[in-house]
Amino acid sequence: MTWLHLVSYLALVSFVVAAFARALRIASLPLHLRWELYPVAHEKKRARYGGSYFEELDWWTKPRESSLLGELKVMIPEILLLHGVREKNVPHWLRTFPFHFGLYLIVTTTVLLVAGGIALAAGAPVGTGSASTGSGGLAALLAAATIGLGYAGFGLAFLGASALLVRRLLEEDYREYSKGSDYFNLALFTGACGFALLAQIVADPDFSRMQAFFATLASFGSFQPASGLSPLLAVEAVLFSLIVAYVPLTHMSHFFTKFFMWHDIRWSDEPLARGGKLERQVQEALQYKPTWSAPHIRGNGRKTWVDIATSTGIEESKKEIETP
Amino acid sequence: MTYKRVKVEDISKPAEVLSETVKENLKPLPPPFDTLESTPEFASLDGKVHQKIECDLDGTVALSIPKPKNEAEEKELVAKFLAGLEKLFQKENNWTFLQPLTLSVEHCATCHTCSESCHIFEMSGWNPIYRPAYRSEVLRRLYKKYVKGGGSLLSDFRNGKIKLNWTAVARLAELAYRCNLCRRCAQTCPIGVDNGLIAHEIRKLFSQELGIAAKEIHEQGSVQQLRVGSSTGMNALVVKDNLEFIDEDMSELTGLKIETPWDKAGADILLIHNAGEILAWPENPGAFGVIFESAGLSWTLSSDIAGYDGINYGLWYDDAQFARTAIHHASAAKKLGVKKIVLGECGHAHKALTVIADRVLTGDLNIPRESALVTLEDIVLKRGLMVDPSRNDFPVTLHDPCNVVRLMGVVEPQRRILRKIAPRFREMIPHGVENYCCGGGSGFAIMSGHNFSDWRFQVSGRKKFEQILNAFKDELDPSIPKYLCAPCSNCKGQLRDLLSYYNVWENHRILYGGLVELIVNCMVDVKPGFIQWEWH
Repeated sequence: MTWLHLVSYLALVSFVVAAFARALRIASLPLHLRWELYPVAHEKKRARYGGSYFEELDWWTKPRESSLLGELKVMIPEILLLHGVREKNVPHWLRTFPFHFGLYLIVTTTVLLVAGGIALAAGAPVGTGSASTGSGGLAALLAAATIGLGYAGFGLAFLGASALLVRRLLEEDYREYSKGSDYFNLALFTGACGFALLAQIVADPDFSRMQAFFATLASFGSFQPASGLSPLLAVEAVLFSLIVAYVPLTHMSHFFTKFFMWHDIRWSDEPLARGGKLERQVQEALQYKPTWSAPHIRGNGRKTWVDIATSTGIEESKKEIETP
Repeated sequence: MTYKRVKVEDISKPAEVLSETVKENLKPLPPPFDTLESTPEFASLDGKVHQKIECDLDGTVALSIPKPKNEAEEKELVAKFLAGLEKLFQKENNWTFLQPLTLSVEHCATCHTCSESCHIFEMSGWNPIYRPAYRSEVLRRLYKKYVKGGGSLLSDFRNGKIKLNWTAVARLAELAYRCNLCRRCAQTCPIGVDNGLIAHEIRKLFSQELGIAAKEIHEQGSVQQLRVGSSTGMNALVVKDNLEFIDEDMSELTGLKIETPWDKAGADILLIHNAGEILAWPENPGAFGVIFESAGLSWTLSSDIAGYDGINYGLWYDDAQFARTAIHHASAAKKLGVKKIVLGECGHAHKALTVIADRVLTGDLNIPRESALVTLEDIVLKRGLMVDPSRNDFPVTLHDPCNVVRLMGVVEPQRRILRKIAPRFREMIPHGVENYCCGGGSGFAIMSGHNFSDWRFQVSGRKKFEQILNAFKDELDPSIPKYLCAPCSNCKGQLRDLLSYYNVWENHRILYGGLVELIVNCMVDVKPGFIQWEWH
């Protein structure tokens, strides 16, 4: 195992730990008040115009019809094509879509490299190298897909990231809101994707060396490739390891926190039922003891939300501040 | 002319005004309001106001925060703000919105996709401080730097520059009241960030920690409602008296004997109006009485504290006031043993009690709640209320209250009714869940201190005015009476003042009103001519 393997494993572990920790932190926040926003995609029949079950007379007596297909019909174009940005902000979509779609292709390429690497380590003739591409239909398809998607991914992500970076640098509306980290992030993606594109063309045009590297990663070093990564490819691997480790630590983690944004907030329309789980969660939250200090609340860390909500606040306003 | 550039960090920098709204920059209205002169002059704040209260955001004032007397007081207020900011991110203090707030604060990519969805930003002529992301970015930077423990060079690099001082705090308080909380911006965010929520949370911070809120929605609003029973100041005796007069008027006007039932234990329905209707638009609760009685429903009003006033201003600025009011509403229903609560034509009451309070009211306080629009649809379309649509043979358009439509998903019932009873009904563009706020949302409709009403008619209400004019663009001639149907009390309050500001009734004969008035106007059993065009 080389230092490059170590960097790659560390990046992967870091990604998993950071993403898991963030997801866990968000998921473990207490139940919040309902704050849905219509259209809610799982509303059968009504989602097309933004209606809800509240449109039904005595809605609480009717069965609720929820459609997973409806959610998928919204989320798939939203995730894959950034449908919302295309609808509302075309100039931005022209930049951000190639960036995001390029990243999706890079991820797909990585998955193909991992799959190919595992197969290669297992002795299957699936290499993307010219010697192996003629070895069979599936192997040829894998090789062609890896190469095609890889170049398309690096190319699109490079173009998109650089266009976004230029926009942030030149347009005042964006520049005024940009932090140093925004420039760094986009420069990192621009640099990494551009470098990868060049490195692959120059040092590994058919992705065979990269696939072999993934075979060594997948086999924890037991697979011995004919040759290691060239310096160019090693830099490429380091840059992408850095990105993998870094992204879940930033706002770019929206690629998975979006799940909470939609399912826990925008589409969270489940009504509270007596004796149900939601009611228990609400009752638990109502026992928290706030410390808001405005005169009409005077939270002293002893009163619960129930105490506060069942008072009028008028008496509180008259009292002197109590010491906790 | 365009606005000067304003950076996020400029909020902390002393200046006479950060970014004043300029009449010449406002987006032009459609004809015949397309000239600069057709928008009245914006009243300037006088020198005394400048001396006494904080007003250096944009040339108007919503909160009237007194200027601190000295540096020590400034420091104390800033420290309180910081304490409140910290509490916003603690589950004990803010379980109610902690998860949505955290997600919105942590994930904005500042792509500005939300910008053009905001009617205030657009119609101001793109005043940079009204960009939906502006106040959010201020809060985000303050939180990351002063609560999360930044402050280093690396933190500035990661999170952006900002300085916490009284100037920033006072401006941020005002800025939270330059948003209608309509959440149209949230609808467009590709990530799910909710700038409307952030404005809401800033308001909460100021109210719950510093005791700073608009007096119209706190002292005169939710506090008065909890003390007297209604933000209008009406106690139970007065409100019953008023309804008695309304019943008499309705009986005379319709030819039907109307008697509003009060405190009828065991009724099927507790109807809760916005009590403002009783004073400002008595024909609305009156029309409800006519329809419900004609349909033979078992219904009642409640004379308990807050039981006869569905408003819940806490929704806009304070969780404690919100919960207290919601519990009063549910308690009134519980006491009467009704099967359901039906919310009258009040948008925020709809959302407050039906949606938001759903995770406050537990056990036997969890009494089913329903929109009156749904109840009315049942009466008009399914129970076969006899109507003669030809009595409504005038142009009608529909304003969608944000709280009923985008934030609750009640979109079609009111339209199905209108399609049946109003032969010349036409939609505004856009409408339904993509509607625009009337400009009075989140409390603005009842706020008019100093020159704030100029701001809400010229800026926040401008988009709705544009939509109204466009909906009737071929029939603006004053010989054609037109009806703007707005099934929401706050929206009607805003529309009343907005149309009056631009002399729309005098010059173009556009009357605003609710949905029930239109229904009663075409009821076969009712004497013709229920809608009085002089109600304008």
